[in-house]
Amino acid sequence: MTAMCDVAFLLLTFFMLTSNFTKKEAAVVNTPSSISEIKIPERNMMLILVDSKGKLFFGIDGQENRIALLEKMGTLYNIAFSQNELKEFSLINSFGLPMNQMKNYLAMKEEERESLSGMGGIPCDSMDNQLKNWVSATRSISKEYRIAIKADQSTAYPVIKKLMGTLQSLNENRYNLITTLETSADLEQKL
Amino acid sequence: MAEIGKNHRKGATKRRAKKLSTRVDFTPMVDLGFLLITFFMLATTLNKPQTMEIALPSKEKTPESEQTTVKASKAITLLLGKANTVYYYEGTRVNEVDPELHATNFSPGGLRQFLLKRNYEVMEKIRNLRTEKEKKRYSEGEYEKQLSAIKKEKSAPIVLIKASDESVYKNLIDALDEMAICNIERYAIVDIAPFDLDLMAKFNTLTKAPDVSKQ
Repeated sequence: MTAMCDVAFLLLTFFMLTSNFTKKEAAVVNTPSSISEIKIPERNMMLILVDSKGKLFFGIDGQENRIALLEKMGTLYNIAFSQNELKEFSLINSFGLPMNQMKNYLAMKEEERESLSGMGGIPCDSMDNQLKNWVSATRSISKEYRIAIKADQSTAYPVIKKLMGTLQSLNENRYNLITTLETSADLEQKL
Repeated sequence: MAEIGKNHRKGATKRRAKKLSTRVDFTPMVDLGFLLITFFMLATTLNKPQTMEIALPSKEKTPESEQTTVKASKAITLLLGKANTVYYYEGTRVNEVDPELHATNFSPGGLRQFLLKRNYEVMEKIRNLRTEKEKKRYSEGEYEKQLSAIKKEKSAPIVLIKASDESVYKNLIDALDEMAICNIERYAIVDIAPFDLDLMAKFNTLTKAPDVSKQ
Protein backbone atom coordinates (compact mmCIF):
# COMPACT_ATOMS: atom_id res chain seq x y z
CA MET A 1 0.00 0.00 0.00
CA THR A 2 2.74 2.44 0.93
CA ALA A 3 4.48 1.80 -2.37
CA MET A 4 1.30 2.54 -4.29
CA CYS A 5 0.81 5.69 -2.28
CA ASP A 6 4.35 6.74 -3.11
CA VAL A 7 3.78 6.23 -6.80
CA ALA A 8 0.49 8.11 -6.69
CA PHE A 9 2.04 11.11 -5.05
CA LEU A 10 5.06 11.04 -7.28
CA LEU A 11 2.77 11.21 -10.31
CA LEU A 12 0.74 13.90 -8.60
CA THR A 13 3.80 16.09 -8.08
CA PHE A 14 4.84 15.51 -11.68
CA PHE A 15 1.49 16.63 -13.06
CA MET A 16 1.30 19.57 -10.71
CA LEU A 17 4.69 20.84 -11.79
CA THR A 18 4.31 20.25 -15.51
CA SER A 19 0.75 21.38 -15.94
CA ASN A 20 -0.16 24.66 -17.48
CA PHE A 21 -3.84 25.20 -17.52
CA THR A 22 -5.97 25.77 -20.54
CA LYS A 23 -6.49 29.48 -20.74
CA LYS A 24 -9.90 30.65 -21.67
CA GLU A 25 -9.92 32.66 -24.83
CA ALA A 26 -12.37 35.36 -25.79
CA ALA A 27 -13.53 33.53 -28.89
CA VAL A 28 -13.86 29.95 -29.97
CA VAL A 29 -11.53 29.46 -32.89
CA ASN A 30 -11.24 26.31 -34.93
CA THR A 31 -7.75 26.52 -36.37
CA PRO A 32 -6.90 24.93 -39.71
CA SER A 33 -4.59 21.94 -39.81
CA SER A 34 -1.15 21.96 -41.31
CA ILE A 35 1.89 19.73 -41.51
CA SER A 36 4.07 22.22 -39.69
CA GLU A 37 5.50 20.83 -36.48
CA ILE A 38 7.07 23.91 -34.97
CA LYS A 39 5.80 24.45 -31.45
CA ILE A 40 4.67 27.85 -30.39
CA PRO A 41 6.86 29.63 -27.83
CA GLU A 42 5.25 29.93 -24.41
CA ARG A 43 6.23 33.40 -23.37
CA ASN A 44 6.20 36.83 -24.94
CA MET A 45 3.40 36.26 -27.35
CA MET A 46 0.85 38.70 -28.54
CA LEU A 47 -2.09 36.77 -29.80
CA ILE A 48 -4.47 38.07 -32.41
CA LEU A 49 -7.57 35.94 -32.61
CA VAL A 50 -9.83 36.03 -35.62
CA ASP A 51 -13.14 34.22 -35.32
CA SER A 52 -15.15 32.76 -38.16
CA LYS A 53 -17.18 35.93 -38.58
CA GLY A 54 -14.04 38.02 -38.90
CA LYS A 55 -14.10 39.67 -35.50
CA LEU A 56 -10.70 40.47 -34.06
CA PHE A 57 -9.52 39.81 -30.52
CA PHE A 58 -6.24 40.71 -28.91
CA GLY A 59 -4.28 39.55 -25.90
CA ILE A 60 -0.74 39.53 -24.54
CA ASP A 61 0.86 37.54 -21.76
CA GLY A 62 2.65 38.87 -18.69
CA GLN A 63 0.52 40.64 -16.10
CA GLU A 64 2.84 43.61 -15.55
CA ASN A 65 3.03 44.22 -19.27
CA ARG A 66 -0.75 44.11 -19.53
CA ILE A 67 -1.04 46.91 -16.98
CA ALA A 68 1.57 48.98 -18.81
CA LEU A 69 -0.27 48.34 -22.06
CA LEU A 70 -3.62 49.52 -20.80
CA GLU A 71 -2.07 52.64 -19.28
CA LYS A 72 -0.49 53.43 -22.62
CA MET A 73 -3.73 52.89 -24.49
CA GLY A 74 -5.55 54.95 -21.88
CA THR A 75 -3.36 57.96 -22.46
CA LEU A 76 -3.73 57.52 -26.22
CA TYR A 77 -7.53 57.54 -26.05
CA ASN A 78 -7.80 59.93 -23.08
CA ILE A 79 -9.36 57.38 -20.77
CA ALA A 80 -8.11 57.23 -17.21
CA PHE A 81 -8.16 53.79 -15.65
CA SER A 82 -8.21 53.26 -11.89
CA GLN A 83 -5.86 50.89 -10.09
CA ASN A 84 -8.69 48.41 -9.76
CA GLU A 85 -9.47 48.48 -13.45
CA LEU A 86 -5.82 48.00 -14.33
CA LYS A 87 -5.69 44.99 -12.04
CA GLU A 88 -8.83 43.56 -13.60
CA PHE A 89 -7.35 44.01 -17.05
CA SER A 90 -4.16 42.21 -16.09
CA LEU A 91 -6.24 39.09 -15.43
CA ILE A 92 -7.95 39.05 -18.83
CA ASN A 93 -6.37 36.81 -21.42
CA SER A 94 -7.88 38.26 -24.53
CA PHE A 95 -10.61 40.69 -25.32
CA GLY A 96 -12.36 42.02 -28.37
CA LEU A 97 -14.05 45.34 -27.97
CA PRO A 98 -13.45 48.95 -28.85
CA MET A 99 -11.71 51.23 -26.36
CA ASN A 100 -14.84 53.20 -25.47
CA GLN A 101 -16.45 50.05 -24.07
CA MET A 102 -13.39 48.97 -22.13
CA LYS A 103 -14.31 50.75 -18.89
CA ASN A 104 -17.75 49.12 -18.76
CA TYR A 105 -16.26 45.76 -19.54
CA LEU A 106 -13.71 45.98 -16.75
CA ALA A 107 -16.43 46.95 -14.26
CA MET A 108 -18.28 43.70 -14.95
CA LYS A 109 -17.89 40.58 -12.88
CA GLU A 110 -16.23 37.58 -14.46
CA GLU A 111 -19.49 35.68 -14.84
CA GLU A 112 -21.12 38.63 -16.54
CA ARG A 113 -18.22 38.83 -18.96
CA GLU A 114 -18.61 35.21 -19.88
CA SER A 115 -22.31 35.57 -20.50
CA LEU A 116 -21.59 38.57 -22.69
CA SER A 117 -21.28 36.57 -25.85
CA GLY A 118 -21.48 39.35 -28.38
CA MET A 119 -18.16 41.08 -28.11
CA GLY A 120 -17.93 43.31 -31.10
CA GLY A 121 -14.30 42.73 -31.89
CA ILE A 122 -11.54 45.32 -32.08
CA PRO A 123 -12.06 47.86 -34.86
CA CYS A 124 -9.48 47.49 -37.58
CA ASP A 125 -10.33 49.60 -40.58
CA SER A 126 -8.84 52.66 -42.14
CA MET A 127 -11.17 55.01 -40.22
CA ASP A 128 -10.48 53.63 -36.78
CA ASN A 129 -7.63 51.18 -36.55
CA GLN A 130 -7.43 50.33 -32.87
CA LEU A 131 -5.74 47.01 -33.43
CA LYS A 132 -2.80 48.84 -34.95
CA ASN A 133 -2.53 50.94 -31.79
CA TRP A 134 -2.70 47.90 -29.56
CA VAL A 135 0.10 46.20 -31.47
CA SER A 136 2.32 49.27 -31.61
CA ALA A 137 1.72 49.98 -27.89
CA THR A 138 2.73 46.41 -27.07
CA ARG A 139 5.78 46.76 -29.25
CA SER A 140 6.79 49.94 -27.43
CA ILE A 141 6.60 48.13 -24.07
CA SER A 142 8.76 45.24 -25.08
CA LYS A 143 10.63 44.39 -28.24
CA GLU A 144 10.56 40.73 -27.27
CA TYR A 145 6.93 40.16 -28.17
CA ARG A 146 6.20 37.95 -31.14
CA ILE A 147 2.97 38.08 -33.04
CA ALA A 148 0.79 35.02 -33.37
CA ILE A 149 -2.31 34.96 -35.52
CA LYS A 150 -4.91 32.41 -34.63
CA ALA A 151 -7.66 32.52 -37.20
CA ASP A 152 -10.61 30.26 -37.81
CA GLN A 153 -10.39 28.04 -40.85
CA SER A 154 -13.58 29.46 -42.30
CA THR A 155 -12.60 33.10 -41.89
CA ALA A 156 -13.02 34.92 -45.19
CA TYR A 157 -9.77 35.98 -46.79
CA PRO A 158 -10.46 39.75 -46.95
CA VAL A 159 -10.30 39.88 -43.14
CA ILE A 160 -6.90 38.21 -43.15
CA LYS A 161 -5.76 40.56 -45.88
CA LYS A 162 -6.84 43.55 -43.81
CA LEU A 163 -5.04 42.19 -40.77
CA MET A 164 -1.87 41.47 -42.70
CA GLY A 165 -2.03 44.93 -44.24
CA THR A 166 -2.31 46.48 -40.77
CA LEU A 167 0.68 44.56 -39.51
CA GLN A 168 2.61 45.38 -42.63
CA SER A 169 1.99 49.08 -42.14
CA LEU A 170 3.62 48.72 -38.71
CA ASN A 171 6.57 46.98 -40.33
CA GLU A 172 5.73 43.76 -38.53
CA ASN A 173 6.58 41.29 -41.22
CA ARG A 174 7.27 38.13 -39.27
CA TYR A 175 4.58 36.31 -37.46
CA ASN A 176 3.34 32.90 -36.51
CA LEU A 177 0.17 31.39 -37.84
CA ILE A 178 -1.26 29.01 -35.30
CA THR A 179 -2.45 25.70 -36.68
CA THR A 180 -3.16 22.25 -35.39
CA LEU A 181 -1.29 19.20 -36.54
CA GLU A 182 -2.82 17.54 -39.55
CA THR A 183 -4.31 14.14 -38.87
CA SER A 184 -5.38 11.50 -41.32
CA ALA A 185 -8.99 12.50 -40.67
CA ASP A 186 -8.23 15.98 -42.01
CA LEU A 187 -6.72 14.44 -45.10
CA GLU A 188 -9.84 12.45 -45.75
CA GLN A 189 -11.89 15.57 -45.43
CA LYS A 190 -9.82 17.23 -48.11
CA LEU A 191 -10.56 14.46 -50.57
CA MET B 1 4.65 -16.33 41.00
CA ALA B 2 1.16 -16.40 39.71
CA GLU B 3 1.01 -12.67 40.02
CA ILE B 4 4.23 -12.25 38.23
CA GLY B 5 2.94 -14.46 35.50
CA LYS B 6 -0.19 -12.36 35.34
CA ASN B 7 1.86 -9.24 35.15
CA HIS B 8 3.93 -10.75 32.47
CA ARG B 9 0.85 -11.53 30.43
CA LYS B 10 -0.46 -8.02 30.90
CA GLY B 11 2.77 -6.55 29.67
CA ALA B 12 2.62 -8.75 26.62
CA THR B 13 -0.86 -7.57 25.68
CA LYS B 14 0.24 -3.94 26.14
CA ARG B 15 3.17 -4.43 23.82
CA ARG B 16 0.89 -5.96 21.18
CA ALA B 17 -1.49 -3.03 21.45
CA LYS B 18 1.38 -0.62 20.83
CA LYS B 19 2.39 -2.48 17.69
CA LEU B 20 -1.15 -2.28 16.34
CA SER B 21 -1.40 1.45 16.88
CA THR B 22 1.47 2.20 14.47
CA ARG B 23 -0.53 0.90 11.51
CA VAL B 24 -2.36 3.64 9.65
CA ASP B 25 -4.93 2.96 6.98
CA PHE B 26 -3.59 4.55 3.81
CA THR B 27 -6.54 3.80 1.52
CA PRO B 28 -8.25 7.22 1.76
CA MET B 29 -4.95 8.97 1.18
CA VAL B 30 -4.23 6.94 -1.94
CA ASP B 31 -7.78 7.63 -3.11
CA LEU B 32 -7.20 11.33 -2.69
CA GLY B 33 -3.88 11.05 -4.48
CA PHE B 34 -5.40 9.40 -7.49
CA LEU B 35 -8.30 11.82 -7.52
CA LEU B 36 -5.88 14.73 -7.74
CA ILE B 37 -3.88 12.96 -10.43
CA THR B 38 -6.98 12.53 -12.55
CA PHE B 39 -7.82 16.19 -12.04
CA PHE B 40 -4.40 17.40 -13.13
CA MET B 41 -4.30 15.01 -16.05
CA LEU B 42 -7.60 16.33 -17.34
CA ALA B 43 -6.84 19.97 -16.67
CA THR B 44 -3.45 20.11 -18.38
CA THR B 45 -3.04 20.93 -22.01
CA LEU B 46 -0.92 18.24 -23.46
CA ASN B 47 -1.07 19.24 -27.08
CA LYS B 48 0.55 22.58 -27.62
CA PRO B 49 -0.64 24.23 -30.79
CA GLN B 50 1.56 24.12 -33.84
CA THR B 51 2.65 27.18 -35.68
CA MET B 52 3.81 28.21 -39.11
CA GLU B 53 6.28 30.99 -39.42
CA ILE B 54 5.88 33.32 -42.33
CA ALA B 55 7.64 36.47 -43.29
CA LEU B 56 6.07 38.99 -45.61
CA PRO B 57 7.97 41.62 -47.53
CA SER B 58 7.98 45.04 -45.95
CA LYS B 59 5.79 47.70 -47.44
CA GLU B 60 8.64 50.09 -48.11
CA LYS B 61 9.31 50.32 -51.79
CA THR B 62 12.52 48.66 -52.79
CA PRO B 63 14.39 50.47 -55.52
CA GLU B 64 13.86 49.18 -59.05
CA SER B 65 17.39 47.82 -59.30
CA GLU B 66 16.96 45.62 -56.23
CA GLN B 67 13.58 44.24 -57.13
CA THR B 68 13.56 40.62 -58.03
CA THR B 69 11.96 40.08 -61.36
CA VAL B 70 10.30 36.76 -61.88
CA LYS B 71 11.19 34.89 -65.01
CA ALA B 72 7.94 34.05 -66.72
CA SER B 73 8.99 30.49 -67.46
CA LYS B 74 9.67 29.84 -63.78
CA ALA B 75 6.55 31.47 -62.44
CA ILE B 76 3.53 29.55 -61.24
CA THR B 77 0.50 31.46 -60.10
CA LEU B 78 -2.02 29.91 -57.74
CA LEU B 79 -5.42 31.51 -57.53
CA LEU B 80 -7.43 30.51 -54.50
CA GLY B 81 -11.08 30.48 -55.44
CA LYS B 82 -14.27 29.67 -53.66
CA ALA B 83 -15.30 26.28 -52.28
CA ASN B 84 -11.71 25.06 -51.83
CA THR B 85 -10.89 25.17 -55.53
CA VAL B 86 -7.51 26.36 -56.62
CA TYR B 87 -6.65 27.52 -60.12
CA TYR B 88 -3.16 27.59 -61.44
CA TYR B 89 -1.38 28.81 -64.53
CA GLU B 90 2.21 28.94 -65.62
CA GLY B 91 3.96 32.00 -66.89
CA THR B 92 1.95 35.03 -67.83
CA ARG B 93 0.12 36.67 -70.70
CA VAL B 94 2.36 36.62 -73.76
CA ASN B 95 1.45 38.27 -77.07
CA GLU B 96 -2.22 38.70 -76.15
CA VAL B 97 -2.54 34.99 -75.45
CA ASP B 98 -3.85 34.11 -72.04
CA PRO B 99 -2.01 31.35 -70.17
CA GLU B 100 -3.95 28.16 -69.79
CA LEU B 101 -5.82 27.98 -66.51
CA HIS B 102 -6.37 24.69 -64.68
CA ALA B 103 -8.67 24.01 -61.77
CA THR B 104 -7.89 21.52 -59.05
CA ASN B 105 -8.18 21.09 -55.29
CA PHE B 106 -5.95 20.64 -52.26
CA SER B 107 -6.09 16.85 -52.15
CA PRO B 108 -2.79 14.96 -52.48
CA GLY B 109 -3.71 14.04 -56.04
CA GLY B 110 -4.55 17.60 -57.00
CA LEU B 111 -2.29 20.58 -56.73
CA ARG B 112 0.53 18.60 -55.18
CA GLN B 113 0.98 16.39 -58.23
CA PHE B 114 1.45 19.41 -60.43
CA LEU B 115 3.85 21.19 -58.07
CA LEU B 116 5.94 18.07 -57.56
CA LYS B 117 6.19 17.63 -61.31
CA ARG B 118 7.32 21.21 -61.76
CA ASN B 119 9.74 20.99 -58.87
CA TYR B 120 11.07 17.60 -59.98
CA GLU B 121 14.72 18.64 -60.24
CA VAL B 122 14.86 20.01 -56.74
CA MET B 123 13.08 17.00 -55.31
CA GLU B 124 15.52 14.69 -57.05
CA LYS B 125 18.51 16.60 -55.68
CA ILE B 126 17.11 16.52 -52.19
CA ARG B 127 16.58 12.79 -52.49
CA ASN B 128 20.20 12.36 -53.51
CA LEU B 129 21.36 14.53 -50.68
CA ARG B 130 19.42 12.44 -48.23
CA THR B 131 20.97 9.19 -49.41
CA GLU B 132 24.38 10.82 -49.22
CA LYS B 133 23.62 11.87 -45.67
CA GLU B 134 22.57 8.35 -44.77
CA LYS B 135 25.96 7.19 -45.96
CA LYS B 136 27.32 9.58 -43.33
CA ARG B 137 29.01 11.82 -45.83
CA TYR B 138 27.50 14.96 -44.36
CA SER B 139 27.07 16.23 -40.86
CA GLU B 140 23.70 17.60 -39.74
CA GLY B 141 24.76 21.24 -40.11
CA GLU B 142 26.25 20.71 -43.53
CA TYR B 143 23.16 18.88 -44.65
CA GLU B 144 20.95 21.80 -43.68
CA LYS B 145 23.24 24.17 -45.55
CA GLN B 146 23.17 22.05 -48.69
CA LEU B 147 19.43 21.66 -48.43
CA SER B 148 18.73 25.36 -48.33
CA ALA B 149 21.22 25.92 -51.16
CA ILE B 150 19.31 23.44 -53.32
CA LYS B 151 15.98 24.99 -52.49
CA LYS B 152 17.19 28.46 -53.37
CA GLU B 153 18.59 27.47 -56.74
CA LYS B 154 17.79 29.76 -59.63
CA SER B 155 16.18 27.01 -61.64
CA ALA B 156 13.56 26.26 -58.99
CA PRO B 157 10.05 27.48 -59.72
CA ILE B 158 8.65 30.57 -58.06
CA VAL B 159 5.09 30.41 -56.81
CA LEU B 160 2.82 33.39 -56.45
CA ILE B 161 -0.12 32.75 -54.16
CA LYS B 162 -3.04 35.02 -54.91
CA ALA B 163 -6.08 34.59 -52.73
CA SER B 164 -9.36 35.89 -54.03
CA ASP B 165 -11.91 37.47 -51.70
CA GLU B 166 -14.05 34.34 -51.95
CA SER B 167 -11.42 32.08 -50.46
CA VAL B 168 -11.09 31.32 -46.76
CA TYR B 169 -8.15 31.28 -44.39
CA LYS B 170 -7.88 27.49 -44.56
CA ASN B 171 -7.11 27.68 -48.28
CA LEU B 172 -4.17 29.95 -47.62
CA ILE B 173 -2.79 27.60 -44.96
CA ASP B 174 -3.28 24.64 -47.29
CA ALA B 175 -1.42 26.46 -50.04
CA LEU B 176 1.45 27.28 -47.67
CA ASP B 177 1.47 23.64 -46.62
CA GLU B 178 1.86 22.53 -50.21
CA MET B 179 4.89 24.80 -50.50
CA ALA B 180 6.47 23.04 -47.53
CA ILE B 181 5.59 19.59 -48.83
CA CYS B 182 6.91 20.27 -52.31
CA ASN B 183 10.07 21.95 -51.01
CA ILE B 184 9.35 25.21 -52.74
CA GLU B 185 11.33 27.87 -50.98
CA ARG B 186 10.56 30.79 -53.21
CA TYR B 187 6.96 31.80 -52.89
CA ALA B 188 5.09 34.97 -52.13
CA ILE B 189 1.61 35.96 -51.07
CA VAL B 190 0.51 38.59 -53.53
CA ASP B 191 -2.66 40.62 -53.93
CA ILE B 192 -4.88 39.35 -56.68
CA ALA B 193 -4.83 41.36 -59.91
CA PRO B 194 -7.84 42.24 -62.12
CA PHE B 195 -6.21 40.15 -64.84
CA ASP B 196 -6.40 37.06 -62.62
CA LEU B 197 -10.02 37.71 -61.73
CA ASP B 198 -10.86 38.00 -65.43
CA LEU B 199 -9.08 34.77 -66.12
CA MET B 200 -11.01 33.01 -63.38
CA ALA B 201 -14.35 34.40 -64.54
CA LYS B 202 -13.62 33.37 -68.11
CA PHE B 203 -12.67 29.89 -67.01
CA ASN B 204 -15.82 29.48 -64.96
CA THR B 205 -18.11 30.52 -67.79
CA LEU B 206 -16.37 28.15 -70.17
CA THR B 207 -16.74 25.19 -67.88
CA LYS B 208 -20.04 25.70 -66.17
CA ALA B 209 -19.42 23.02 -63.59
CA PRO B 210 -15.70 22.66 -62.95
CA ASP B 211 -15.18 18.95 -62.52
CA VAL B 212 -12.68 18.87 -59.71
CA SER B 213 -13.19 15.25 -58.75
CA LYS B 214 -11.50 14.06 -61.92
CA GLN B 215 -8.11 15.39 -60.87
